[in-house]
Amino acid sequence: MAYKIVASQCTSCSACEPECPNVAITEKRGVFMIDPSKCTECIGHFDVPQCVAVCPVHGTCVIDNSVPRASAA
Amino acid sequence: MSKLLQLHDFGASSATSFEALRSSATQTGCSTTGGNGKSGCGSAAGQGDLPPEIWEKVKNHPCYSEQAHHHFARMHVAVAPACNIQCNYCNRKYDCANESRPGVVSEKLSPEQAARKVIAVASTIPQMTVLGIAGPGDALANPAKTFKTFELVTATAPDIKLCLSTNGLMLPDYVEQIVAMNVDHVTITINMIDPEIGAQIYPWIFYNHRRYTGVEASKILSERQLLGLEMLTARGILVKVNSVMIPGINDRHLIEVNKAVKSRGAFLHNIMPLISEPEHGTVFGLEGRRGPSAQELKALQDDCEGEMNMMRHCRQCRADAVGLLGEDRSAEFTTDKVMEMEVEYDLAARQAYQAKVEAERDAIAAARQRELATLADETATIKIQVAIATKGGGVINEHFGHAHEFQIYEVSTAGAKFIGHRRVDLYCEGGYASETGIEPILKALNDCTAVLVAKIGLCPKDSLAGAGIEAVEDYAFEYIEQSVIAYFKNYLERVGKSEISHVARGDADIRQGAFVAS
Repeated sequence: MAYKIVASQCTSCSACEPECPNVAITEKRGVFMIDPSKCTECIGHFDVPQCVAVCPVHGTCVIDNSVPRASAA
Repeated sequence: MSKLLQLHDFGASSATSFEALRSSATQTGCSTTGGNGKSGCGSAAGQGDLPPEIWEKVKNHPCYSEQAHHHFARMHVAVAPACNIQCNYCNRKYDCANESRPGVVSEKLSPEQAARKVIAVASTIPQMTVLGIAGPGDALANPAKTFKTFELVTATAPDIKLCLSTNGLMLPDYVEQIVAMNVDHVTITINMIDPEIGAQIYPWIFYNHRRYTGVEASKILSERQLLGLEMLTARGILVKVNSVMIPGINDRHLIEVNKAVKSRGAFLHNIMPLISEPEHGTVFGLEGRRGPSAQELKALQDDCEGEMNMMRHCRQCRADAVGLLGEDRSAEFTTDKVMEMEVEYDLAARQAYQAKVEAERDAIAAARQRELATLADETATIKIQVAIATKGGGVINEHFGHAHEFQIYEVSTAGAKFIGHRRVDLYCEGGYASETGIEPILKALNDCTAVLVAKIGLCPKDSLAGAGIEAVEDYAFEYIEQSVIAYFKNYLERVGKSEISHVARGDADIRQGAFVAS
């Protein structure tokens, strides 16, 4: 699994981008997305996923169940 | 090139400095009681009671000097919308063309786009002296973009003063960089020093890779804000503190905040009214928390004055505003337009223009002093408020029906003092009186005895008279403060001859919410 950004809720504030330890978050034309192949849910880096902790809109960075879990760093 | 001022050079941070300020104010012949007449008096240069070194730093900064705000323009660029705290008066949906309030922008810029925009604006508006990064979000939650923008601007336009606005959470970590970048002024938003009160304002902060909530969050925030303030003032950076007055939460507490920030060397305190229209979708807006009335705000500002200078001319402008305070020319400088504009940075032309403005300001100050001298023998204790229709330049030069805002002066025998502004919808739209009519304007000016305008139609003049507000065209295109004092003198004479009777005025509304850029 990995985290994903619910695009319809994202305000494009960009707060998550620099916090991601895996540089998994990128912006294309104002839309932010998480590369599931890079996301480790911050396991091994921090106690809490950084994108979730910094995102101002509740329920915008959520677990993407459609993606197999990446191995912990 | 200018030497960084150390606070002890002019002693602005201690009780002794306050005495020094008082005595310098006394020397210029002004009343110092309760801080009255602060901005209405002072030397011919118009520096009020500021030490010369500080005056030199703020005299062309519209946000730091009430005198300057009539003449000089500023611009904000939105490069860093990320934020690391949540405030209950803020909504993170920042993109809106039709509203004018902090945190709202039409487009986010890259540092390169921002730098080009600054040069384009500076070439078009020679009185633009200040570039601020003031949101949306926090300038220091996205330091790379903020400092990159400053670096690019300094390279082309070294005369433009840089300032940034921050919630203070990350400030202690970036003080050295702020000093190195030659940032002139920093604004810190400090709404509390008591974490129990903070917990009602800030639901969470993001710090050290985790989210803190409740009292713990506010405790960290407050400690970091005050530490950052101390570090900046110790390095000679001028710091303004912004506070949002939230009735029922921090309204009385802000007096404590005022003392705390003054003792740490803050140079100016700006207490702003809460903006909480429900349609903005903020927590406070949705729970129906009201903003303060004009008199509540003024009473708090008056209570804090005497402790330090109070800013009363803040327009709570958009995070991408361009132009004089109270006007918004951002629509002229969208990215598309800026990219097409031929821009050439002409430093000499800008300096020549600014020298002309300087001469005009001296003339205004001299005229005010002359007019004030004519009040020397008056002993009346009457104090009235007068509204002014102006589009800048320190002159009464706006038609009543075209005014987006009125500037409010309190006048007594001690002089004329700027105490605020009231934003209104245009009364006159395309030559026709608006459908909503004059009611909202009467409410906004309800605490004023008169409104001085360049021109006014018969119909609104009668409506104003019905509400006990005299509309006066006699001072059209004259200097504001000189005219306010002259009107006051005339008012006293008429009261003396019993032609009119002086009546106390009531409270007034602060107009909130959407301000459609013209």
